[in-house]
Amino acid sequence: MISFEMPESIRKTRVLMETVAENMMRPVARYFDENEHEIPWDYINFMHQAMAQMGGSGLATQEDEKKERKGPRLGFQNLTFLVEMLSWGDTGIYLCTPGGGLGAAAIQAAGSPEHKKRFLSKHQREKPTFDAMALTESHAGSAMPAEVRTTAVRDGDEWVLNGEKIFVTAGNKALVDSDGFVVIWATIDPSAGRAGVRPFVVEAGTPGCTVTKMEHKLGIRASDTVSILLQDCRIPFENLMGDPEVKVKKTEGVKGVMLTFDATRPIVAASAIGVARAALESLKQMLEEQGIEIRYGLPRSRLTNIEREIIDMEARLRATWLLTIKAMWLADERKYNTIEASMCKFLAGDVVVEITQRAVELMGPLGYTRDYLLEKWFRDAKINDLYEGTGQINRLIVARRILDYSRHELS
Amino acid sequence: MYSFEPTEEQRMLIEAIERYATNDLRVAAHDADETGELPADLIEKGWEMGVLQASIPEAYGGFGERSAVTGVLAAETMGWGDLAGALAVMLPATYAMPILLGGTEGQKTELLPPIIEAEWKPYTTAFIEPVFDFYPGDMQTTAEKKGDGYVLNGEKAYVLFADKAQSILVYAALDGQTQAFIVPGGAEGLLIGEREKLMGIGGLPCFRVRLNNLQIPLESRLGGEEGFDFGPVLASAQVAIAALALGVSKAALDYALPYAKEREVWGVPIAQRQSIAFMLAEMAAAIEANRLLVWEAAWMLDQEKDVSKEAFLAFTGATDMVMMVTDRAVQVLGGHGFIREHPVELWMRNGRGFSTFTGLAMV
Repeated sequence: MISFEMPESIRKTRVLMETVAENMMRPVARYFDENEHEIPWDYINFMHQAMAQMGGSGLATQEDEKKERKGPRLGFQNLTFLVEMLSWGDTGIYLCTPGGGLGAAAIQAAGSPEHKKRFLSKHQREKPTFDAMALTESHAGSAMPAEVRTTAVRDGDEWVLNGEKIFVTAGNKALVDSDGFVVIWATIDPSAGRAGVRPFVVEAGTPGCTVTKMEHKLGIRASDTVSILLQDCRIPFENLMGDPEVKVKKTEGVKGVMLTFDATRPIVAASAIGVARAALESLKQMLEEQGIEIRYGLPRSRLTNIEREIIDMEARLRATWLLTIKAMWLADERKYNTIEASMCKFLAGDVVVEITQRAVELMGPLGYTRDYLLEKWFRDAKINDLYEGTGQINRLIVARRILDYSRHELS
Repeated sequence: MYSFEPTEEQRMLIEAIERYATNDLRVAAHDADETGELPADLIEKGWEMGVLQASIPEAYGGFGERSAVTGVLAAETMGWGDLAGALAVMLPATYAMPILLGGTEGQKTELLPPIIEAEWKPYTTAFIEPVFDFYPGDMQTTAEKKGDGYVLNGEKAYVLFADKAQSILVYAALDGQTQAFIVPGGAEGLLIGEREKLMGIGGLPCFRVRLNNLQIPLESRLGGEEGFDFGPVLASAQVAIAALALGVSKAALDYALPYAKEREVWGVPIAQRQSIAFMLAEMAAAIEANRLLVWEAAWMLDQEKDVSKEAFLAFTGATDMVMMVTDRAVQVLGGHGFIREHPVELWMRNGRGFSTFTGLAMV
């Protein structure tokens, strides 16, 4: 039965996260934007404790498939609401949330029960830990994972990794600032293309794994984005997730990435929507202070331009948000959601960029000044149209699926 | 809990309507638009799908209860078949639904069973007015209380089947509030004008109607002396139009997509070009996202929540979407899209009308 009733547990998550966003994120949002690479430890420590008290292990949705469940699964949906609210608080700081980044998501999607136990339990320790996923290399972004050049060569009961990864979100926090881990995508057979690519877990402190660069960015400046150099980096054989052999025409390693994306793309969409909602709410409030009220329901011919713009933004934002919830509802129902995941991702990328741009424009000198957060949200917004697949890549994925084309037929 | 899955009962109804939309509505659409006439048996067959009948409780001659969610699912599927045919089939709902929602007990028991228990008859609605900034909350048509009745004055447009109407539900401003009045066909002072010639929905007979000191008794006011709450009725109208817009959009996408896979340029199907493929992806995403906006508003209607803002946003979103999608469907077909042998130009013409069509359908 079609229903839009928000479950009680999600409502509670939202209330709690709103308090965090208002009290621990908004007041320091400007500071961490202006002091790039400083770490918001107050927020991190608070979230670490709060999540430990809630009995969870960070943001990762850990659900024991064998355990008996009461009612429907809500893990992904809950996460979606949580991310939306924290991003409403501040996206850069949200990206510093300990325990359960993209590395954990990759382990959730591709790891064995042993992997999950070994690595995800790190997030349950006393001190906050971080994880990251390293896929992009300097020569290729969207063409990944097919063009991975980082290699993994077996040497007895170890793998030896060599190569360089770039644009690793929270890589420094995972490897330097905490005892975390990074999931590195490397090829075990460069001649096999996509079929040779596998995820490997590299833990902090592993010799031969070094953070070499911290990027300076347009937005989300509280979050570190780093390059990771792997030089004869030796890791235990069991840190491989998936099959150590390359089988002809099998692309199971790659499937792991794609499954990860089906879960992480709606999360990015949720994050985008949080920023867009922050900008739109703030814009409406500033207009209200000027005595401008939005008159819903009137025909366009009777509305002012500002009213039209805001109404159009609200309709687009709400529609995109509902599709994001649907994508994650499908994930919770263990149903195929690739199309919805990519759709909500590119719609959210568009809508957040559009809304934050319009908000700055409509507020004029008040939009452009760093006295307010509007200009910051405009800068923070754009990343959502880039990471976890650009808007173009996600359009391509949707197009292939609805046209029933392979990547050879449509690229 | 969130859920995006129709019930088994809804699924069965939709499958039945899909067959009707494919085998009947779609087949008749082109000729109806060209000749200006929908086959009578087509409308009757659609009426017998029983969508409205299932929305009316037994006490009033029906066999179910009102579900706006079921209504939008049905409307989308009908709209996918053909908009003109869908509006004709759904027409009695524009008369019956406001009575169900806002009528007195007496009005419901007296007026609903004859509609529900019979074959399709033109029970219609005079809602839209011929002014450029028409706003349902500010009707130019007036109702004035005089003696033991009301006097109606004004001009209405897009009154479907007005020439053969059994009865017309006329919306008018009474002391500045939008209210509705039941006017029997052939009443004195009810002047049916020429049939209107519109850009789209050519199969539907639409008329201008003038109300010239039209006198009706007090009990003709919907909801009796107290009147009725226009808000939920307007929301129902906006959501219904939005649902039909989804159907037209889906039809356009479903036609353009296989065409793009067939049509070749320089030896390659045009769908293998990103310029076309991305358009199709964006059309599909816009439909998916806006559908949920419509569903949410319909669900809120069923929960009897205040839905005025959500219904308006669903309407706004869907009317923008249908124009974008139908325009692109024509674009994907290129020059062929402009030719009336293909249906996409009709969908584009119909698509442009949605921003004006509020009041022509209800769920």
